[in-house]
Amino acid sequence: MNKPVPPDKLITDEDGPLYAPRKKVFPQSVSGRFRSIKWRLMAVCLGVYYLLPFVRWHRGLGAPDQAVLIDFPNRRFYFFFIELWPQEVYYFTGLLVLAAFALFLMNALGGRIWCGYLCPQTVWTDLFYAVERLVEGDRRAQMKADAGPMTVKRAGRRVLKHAIWLTIAWWTGGAWVLYFADAPTLVRDLAAFQAPTIAYLWIAILTASTYLLAGYMREQVCVYMCPWPRIQAALTDEWALNVTYKYDRGEPRCSVKKAFDIRALGEKAGDCIDCNQCVAVCPTGIDIRDGAQLGCIQCGLCIDACDAVMTKVSRKTGLIGYDNDINVQRRIAGKEEIFKPVRARTVVYAGLITVVCAVMLYALMSRTLLDVNVLHDRNPIAVRLSDGAIRNGYTLRFLNKRGFDRVIAIDVDGPADAKLHVIGADSVTPDRPMIVLGRDTTTELRVLVTAPLDEKAEKSVPVTFRVTDIGLGEVASATDHFVLP
Amino acid sequence: MSEHNEIDRVSGRSTTGHEWDGIKELNTPLPRWWVLTFYATIIWAIGYWVVYPAWPLVSGYTTGLFQYSTRASVATDLADLEKLRGEKMAVLGNASLADIEKDPALLALARARGKTVFADNCAPCHGSGGAGAKGYPNLNDDDWLWGGSLDQIMQTIQFGARSGHAKTHEGQMLAFGRDGVLKKDEIVTVANYVRSLSGLSTMPKFDPAAGKKIFTENCTSCHGDSGKGNPELGAPNLTDQIWLYGSDEETLVETITNGRAGVMPAWVSRLDPVTVKALTVYVHSLGGGK
Repeated sequence: MNKPVPPDKLITDEDGPLYAPRKKVFPQSVSGRFRSIKWRLMAVCLGVYYLLPFVRWHRGLGAPDQAVLIDFPNRRFYFFFIELWPQEVYYFTGLLVLAAFALFLMNALGGRIWCGYLCPQTVWTDLFYAVERLVEGDRRAQMKADAGPMTVKRAGRRVLKHAIWLTIAWWTGGAWVLYFADAPTLVRDLAAFQAPTIAYLWIAILTASTYLLAGYMREQVCVYMCPWPRIQAALTDEWALNVTYKYDRGEPRCSVKKAFDIRALGEKAGDCIDCNQCVAVCPTGIDIRDGAQLGCIQCGLCIDACDAVMTKVSRKTGLIGYDNDINVQRRIAGKEEIFKPVRARTVVYAGLITVVCAVMLYALMSRTLLDVNVLHDRNPIAVRLSDGAIRNGYTLRFLNKRGFDRVIAIDVDGPADAKLHVIGADSVTPDRPMIVLGRDTTTELRVLVTAPLDEKAEKSVPVTFRVTDIGLGEVASATDHFVLP
Repeated sequence: MSEHNEIDRVSGRSTTGHEWDGIKELNTPLPRWWVLTFYATIIWAIGYWVVYPAWPLVSGYTTGLFQYSTRASVATDLADLEKLRGEKMAVLGNASLADIEKDPALLALARARGKTVFADNCAPCHGSGGAGAKGYPNLNDDDWLWGGSLDQIMQTIQFGARSGHAKTHEGQMLAFGRDGVLKKDEIVTVANYVRSLSGLSTMPKFDPAAGKKIFTENCTSCHGDSGKGNPELGAPNLTDQIWLYGSDEETLVETITNGRAGVMPAWVSRLDPVTVKALTVYVHSLGGGK
């Protein structure tokens, strides 16, 4: 096979390859305001993720005491004081709606600040970059080594880097499975190779994905794989504060000395000294001076880099900053800068967040811990008894979401003279069958309702089963129909 | 082929010589991993022939190295299942019928077991929910030909009715017409009398006294003086509103003329005692039994 023509050797544009190859990014370390915010947020995010499974929460005897636990075998989700059953997964829908609105609000206020500060891809990639710099040196050292031959020393450092990366990735996968079982027990089981296979499998999957996404794919995840840049581009507006190069102040770029000369002549020289520090520190390898672009994750590191340089050359900081094009234009026109965090868009998002929060809170507070469902017998739908009365059979399912056993009484409201017979009732005080519901369980019972329904009058009447907790007085009910054969 | 070895500048590959509207097709070979995977599947298939039963022969099949059989595998699974159930079923076997009905956990277990057994064995005649059909009793109501207590239901399930088993329920409705005991008009008269017992309408010019006389002379030995029936003989109660074969005059005439003798098989030899127990509890709970 012939060797392909390298892109830079192609004669015309028409001959060029369809895709540009990836240029490896070596972001330089930087310090400053936004970097320290990022360090702190990283510490909080990782701290919560790694430590949360070990937080205990007392729920009473026999119940799990893990604060956050997704208990698949028993089909329960525990989140501090909240215990959710499978039929209550709509709370997660609410949570997702809330997350979406929060993302919209963030976007309307500060552009992609989610991407720059909180997104797991950013947090872990940042951590991996820090490890890389620690082991292989900063931008220059890395670039030099990358261009040079492989030496024993370099190979050793590379092995060390990957070992640390893999340890972090493995710890990340390990922390994930701890949310699905009692954490201290699972840690012991994992160490003794006695944990379920699925746990090892998930650790392997998440180790691999963390290692690959944060170690190798890095900014490519944000640029090529993530849908959020595309969505947020459609959601943003001209008032959102994005990381912006203030070209009104920066252009035309020239060195400090040249600028001094030009200004001495009374002409305009920009504040940008074209030092390229903003490009060097960018984790996605873009040049912010090209304007707002898809690759920008709004992490603000270029602001830190630029501010450091501006301070060094004794110029005003903030040449790159959270700003928008409206202000750039206003400054050009000699008008005052304005910021409008409160506008229709943000108010609506904030309002919607409040509404969803309120609805969820209300649903959570008013949810019943005693519930009953009814299922009418389908075959036969109704039975005629020897004395001409009609009997309908139902299956009642009781849910006791409390952590203790309780005694309930069952009543029926429906056709006139309806008689209730509960098969397997523990005791029957005059016409009031009672049963014991086990703690945190469902109980299914068959009940028969007998009534002399008048064929000429009606074919079907509603019937309501009312369940009353004898001790607490909690009531639940379910309605179905009583029908003729 | 010489005319096809044009080289594409960008990719460095030769073209196939195919061209559509100026777009040329590259002669790109299949990826190596794909080809290797393909060969691997062929080798895998050959291995499969050897290891597992694969080839049908004239009067059999190749059995393979492992003697694997899906039938044997199902049998093993079923045996494992029985073993798994064994402990719980033993508890069910040791408890009395009344005890099972009193204990919610045992009741749920017996009903669950009974439901599947019912679907497998009883549903063809009695319907999937036990609603019955003409000639096959509805098990959800409160009318029981051979008695509706737990013990009576178990007795009926075990030995059946007119099943030929030594302990079976015996007793049948005689063929009064076919055997020449009653004449056609007498049958019509007594059929109307029977209808009147449960308050159903009678034909015009019906003579209750004549009906009662025929009934007393021929029917009371089984159905009782007042027609309330007799569970010992499986004789139905003729005064209630439940009719196994139908209550219209034509059906009653047919019943009295030719008799009825529905058969319920004996299950004692087909189902184990614990299963019969579970089935009894299930059937009893369908309509609450008696």
